[in-house]
Amino acid sequence: MSPVTKPPESKLKTLIWGCLSILLYGALLMFEQPIMALSSQGKWFFIVPVTIAFIFSFVHGRFTEEFWRSLGIRAKY
Amino acid sequence: METLDFIQLDPVNGIYLFIVGFVGGLVSGFIGSGGAFVLTPAMMSLGVPGIVAVASNMCHKFPKALVGAVKRARYGQVDLKMGLIMGLSAEAGVLTGAHYQELIKQRFGDVGSNLYVSVAFVTVLGIVGGFVMRDTIRAHRLGTTEEEKPGRLAQWVHGIHIPGTMVYFPSLGRRISVLFTIPLGFATGLLAATIAVGGFIGVPAQIYVLGMNSLMASATELVIAFVMGVGGTIKFAWSGYVDIRLAMIILAGSLFGIQLGAIGTTYVKPYVIKLVMGVIMLTVMVSRALVIPVYLSQLNWLPPMAPETMHLMKSVSFSIMILALFLGAGIILRALIQGRRAANAATPDLVADPAT
Repeated sequence: MSPVTKPPESKLKTLIWGCLSILLYGALLMFEQPIMALSSQGKWFFIVPVTIAFIFSFVHGRFTEEFWRSLGIRAKY
Repeated sequence: METLDFIQLDPVNGIYLFIVGFVGGLVSGFIGSGGAFVLTPAMMSLGVPGIVAVASNMCHKFPKALVGAVKRARYGQVDLKMGLIMGLSAEAGVLTGAHYQELIKQRFGDVGSNLYVSVAFVTVLGIVGGFVMRDTIRAHRLGTTEEEKPGRLAQWVHGIHIPGTMVYFPSLGRRISVLFTIPLGFATGLLAATIAVGGFIGVPAQIYVLGMNSLMASATELVIAFVMGVGGTIKFAWSGYVDIRLAMIILAGSLFGIQLGAIGTTYVKPYVIKLVMGVIMLTVMVSRALVIPVYLSQLNWLPPMAPETMHLMKSVSFSIMILALFLGAGIILRALIQGRRAANAATPDLVADPAT
């Protein structure tokens, strides 16, 4: 079983990862046009959407994990 | 390269995609697959061109599968070696499936392509979904829901020794020939390229042909989905088809869902995974069966149908597809709540109070 996180620590982590996630989504929407222009160029620019997807999965993935943990919803083992 | 019209995003569309993404993620986190089939039509209903919807769906699937696989690997449910071997052969299946799709589209146009996809849905989901459901009901009747044993087919596979092809898989606790895993991976990819959900073959194949338990099979499917998803995304992004905004909004909802679905697997008996899969597969089968007469009529293989009737049947079909997803999500949430209550009653310190 993974180590149990105390609520205050978990809530702090949720807050930090949540802010980072909001920043990422804010940046994506704020710079929507240049990002879309780059990613829709195709060829080697495939790196743009793939890299964005990896970064978002890491940051938002951590946020969602801490979110459920802070609510006390965690694995049985 | 053709110029694509990417849609304008508004808050209502964003919330709609977030919610569908959440429910899809919940299902994927639990059964390893099957949450994304509704997203392509959901995006198209907002006016997103078909190819962009497929590409953006693919681009949200691989990071979702990655997060789900990492989470379930922590619970000891992932066989990485099996996932990578089947994932690579699935990649070949995806390319072959995409090639068939192109050939059918060239020969019969969009309607022929839609008909092919719908017939594939009905045939595969009818046979495999029916088998999974029958097995689930039988296990429930016999009261053998606690543990799963390899069936006769899996035992036969375990008994075959082909020199030079034997590989040890931790999930099976034995060596089996990769000449069995490679075709299964290929079939998974072929189905993924056709109906967007390879796991409807991948997971049952791992359970019934290879003898893996449901928990391991559904978790390992996430690795296969990740490998297929990366390859598919690169293929579509190379042509500039990915709408990264749509993909990331769906991902926002689906990561909440996949975490919850993965947690849910630790509270349920393995047969519940089969139950959710069977219910979704059979409901989606009904949904796709409804539109087959529409496509047959458009190809003039059946008498012409009134446009209003066609529209009605397509709308009902789409609604049943969404219902399938929500049915699956409902069973998962119910099982999670019941499992937590039971665990809470047994060991209150463990579940009720995270501070302990």
